[in-house]
Amino acid sequence: MSIAITTQFICFTALSLVVIIGALGVVLLESIVYSAFLLGGVFLSVAGLYLLLNASFVAAAQVLVYVGAVNVLIIFAIMLVNKKEDLKPINDIKSRRVISTSICLTLLSLLIRVDLTNVWSLSSPQYSIGEESTIRIGEHLFSDYLLPFEVASVLLLMAMIGAIVLARRDVMSKDISTGLPVDQELIEKSSEPLLTNKN
Amino acid sequence: MNLESIPLQAFLIVSSALFCIGIWGLLNSRNAVRVLMSIELMLNAVNINLMAFSSYIDNNLIQGQVFTIFVITVAAAEAAVGLAILLSLYRNRVTVDMESFNLLKW
Repeated sequence: MSIAITTQFICFTALSLVVIIGALGVVLLESIVYSAFLLGGVFLSVAGLYLLLNASFVAAAQVLVYVGAVNVLIIFAIMLVNKKEDLKPINDIKSRRVISTSICLTLLSLLIRVDLTNVWSLSSPQYSIGEESTIRIGEHLFSDYLLPFEVASVLLLMAMIGAIVLARRDVMSKDISTGLPVDQELIEKSSEPLLTNKN
Repeated sequence: MNLESIPLQAFLIVSSALFCIGIWGLLNSRNAVRVLMSIELMLNAVNINLMAFSSYIDNNLIQGQVFTIFVITVAAAEAAVGLAILLSLYRNRVTVDMESFNLLKW
């Protein structure tokens, strides 16, 4: 990528700020719908970071798969389960928050310490293939990563079948006990929760 | 082409922060959809790490980018199955509160 260093710095700072602030908004905002749209913004900014790293193909895949598929799927799920409900208060919510926040901050400080103190063996940029990365990814996918590529296709098929089986409504053509045909129209209205909460 | 301009550590710090935010959301969310979103955030943090290393350390063979493609594939499959499980749970429990999903508690 042949843009000036200053421009790269400005782009990196802006994208990183959007990623971090957007992620904080995803986990902290009250409304789940705002969280979902902020998540889309985080995905787009991560795609921008990939562009800064000379990876146009992965950036395009990120936009297509994450923003186009995963985020839309999450928004559809929110639409299907969006019900105002009063959550039961938890007794020890304070101590739980304190413990989880301290764990996360400790992990963050450890990770940043490793990032900053380790001496990374950077390779010299003269060997970099730069914009040719799409060609190199194609070579990898059809030579040494051929088996993982095929396994990934099988995994996607399994996930698709599994999602259909799990999310499908079980519709019976006749009643099990009486043998009479079931009125399909009423299934939606008469369905009672199978596992009611005992507490 | 000039990749020394942005240090590798900057990308690593951004991905570390994103990963920790994802873990915090995973531990603290009551809404099951938000838990799935936190998992996606953590997967993205890992992807940023892989991409940064592939660009700075392995910039000729870029195996990290291939790994990122596979991680994106697995994340898409995981999101589809996770949301299907969530819909099925919602149909049985009529809530998305994580505290009420205690089916495996004995």
